[in-house]
Amino acid sequence: METYLRPAVIGVMIFVVFNALIMASAILVLAERKIMGFMQQRYGPYLVGPHGMLQPIADILKLLFKEELRPKGADKWLFTLAPVLSILTAFVAFATVPFGAETTFFGLLDEPIKLGVADVNVAVLVVFAVTSMGVYGIVLAGWASNSKYSLFGGLRAAAQMISYELAYATSLAAVIMLAGSLSLREVVDSQAGTWLGFIPKWYVFLQPIGFIIYVIAGVAETNRAPFDFPEAEQELVAGYNTEYSSVRFALFPQAEYINMVTMSAVATDLYLGGWHGPFLPASLGWIWFLLKVGVILFAYIWMRWTVPRYRYDQLMQFGWKWLFPASVLNLIVTAALVLYLDA
Amino acid sequence: MPETFVFYALSALAIGASLLVIGQRNPMYSVLLLIASFGALSALYIQLDAPFVAVAQIIIYAGAIMVLFLFVVMLLNAPREDAAEWDRAHPLRHPNIGRFGALLAGLLVVQLAWALAKATELEAPVGARADGASIASVAEMGRILFTRHTFAFEATSVLILVAMVGAVVLARREGSNQ
Amino acid sequence: MIPLSYYLIVSAVLFAIGTAGVFLRRNLITILLSIEIMLNAVNLSFVAFGRYAGDVDGQIITFFVMTVAAAEAAVGLALVIALFRHRESLNPDAFTSLKW
Repeated sequence: METYLRPAVIGVMIFVVFNALIMASAILVLAERKIMGFMQQRYGPYLVGPHGMLQPIADILKLLFKEELRPKGADKWLFTLAPVLSILTAFVAFATVPFGAETTFFGLLDEPIKLGVADVNVAVLVVFAVTSMGVYGIVLAGWASNSKYSLFGGLRAAAQMISYELAYATSLAAVIMLAGSLSLREVVDSQAGTWLGFIPKWYVFLQPIGFIIYVIAGVAETNRAPFDFPEAEQELVAGYNTEYSSVRFALFPQAEYINMVTMSAVATDLYLGGWHGPFLPASLGWIWFLLKVGVILFAYIWMRWTVPRYRYDQLMQFGWKWLFPASVLNLIVTAALVLYLDA
Repeated sequence: MPETFVFYALSALAIGASLLVIGQRNPMYSVLLLIASFGALSALYIQLDAPFVAVAQIIIYAGAIMVLFLFVVMLLNAPREDAAEWDRAHPLRHPNIGRFGALLAGLLVVQLAWALAKATELEAPVGARADGASIASVAEMGRILFTRHTFAFEATSVLILVAMVGAVVLARREGSNQ
Repeated sequence: MIPLSYYLIVSAVLFAIGTAGVFLRRNLITILLSIEIMLNAVNLSFVAFGRYAGDVDGQIITFFVMTVAAAEAAVGLALVIALFRHRESLNPDAFTSLKW
């Protein structure tokens, strides 16, 4: 029975993570509109369910019942492949992110299992690799729609994403130098403990500039405001997803929200100490993890409805001329300090 | 043996996708099929206990070089490969020439496979002489890369700089004063 | 365990496919893609030999091969763009006369 219990528990965990990501994108739709509403001094969705809580269900039903359109000149295979690629890379990126310490589920299992879909020893690089594959979904959507707005949106999105990948990768490299390992689980575990009894040993205190660079690059990678020019409602109709409708359309924002969750989760693991926190035993650390991810997601939504959008050339200039040199400088200073203080 | 089955499946995917790459008329499909082939190769590297090379393959090849190819295909609105009018009478466009070329490629494969099958010391399994733990470590790879191969590493960075400058210069429009 | 020769045969087949692509296709971009196939085939055989010998040098060489392939693809595509702007064709037979 024990031999079947462990795979069953792992299967249940993977199932829970998968559904949690889907639920997260639905909850984020609601959260975004409610928070946007409250920031604009109004209530947001209010009618469907108590205080608008069932609004995502209404949204999903509406999208499912719409007609599936495909423009005549659109490429038959690529038009459908593009949203599939987007959502696929969004899910796979979360697969290597750990979200809790080892746990035996209160004695149910003999050996503890690690909370996370997969535990690879190059997890940081895998997340980076899969998010760089996310470019293809957007670029192919722009191309396959065979429409001017879509093509511009797609090309701009691709150029933006690959430009900000540089700053993203170099800020990751600085954290890896501090932690000495590429595995996300080990990076989190090296942030356990406190200084002086109350300041936690998180890397955000050792690398404040790196954290800011990572968050900015993460926002640009997920095409969220203020870097959401590719899907700018006011300028480009809807950019690369202009011609999409119904289920194919629904996959794009869902992929975007899941990417947001992944970026927040990776930022939590790298800079905010993952699942370590006071007052809770290690096996319940995932509660701290969820809280921290929630805080970063709130910051994402807050940023969208507060800050105006960058113009595209300003965006590219900022990425290449300011963010990337800043992250290289951060890397050099971190490397020098690590060598000096450890030698 | 699940390992052997995985190997056969991945090799079939890599070889099949590569065959379709050279057999497709539409360059956009060729680029996407090549990305699929790179993904299969990356999985083969994981099976060979080389996780860093596998991830680097996705980051560099599938994530950067192929995006570059995709941009160029979209920028040039690359036409499907049809022979131009003035080209049809060219003696090399005879269909039998293409078939003969494919036959020669097949002969090359047969020759290489025969030579490999004859080399008996290569029959040993891949993990025979050493176990994979020592070479799968990224720290070890970094240590050797930065100590024994420092010059090659620095030369490669100069190479990339030269290529970057060269690509920008070559793709500039003529007569622009940038 | 998989014998080393299996990996080398896959590498040989991929290399032959790449070679066939370079010689048989009449589209500059597809020719460059076939060159990338060849470089990947070589990478695979390097990693396989490195694993067989228990040495990490096989992976280090692939690191350099990938970098060189990236540089070569960038410059090659810039050349393709410049050529296309001039002659409006991606067929290498359109560039047979040495006059620009």
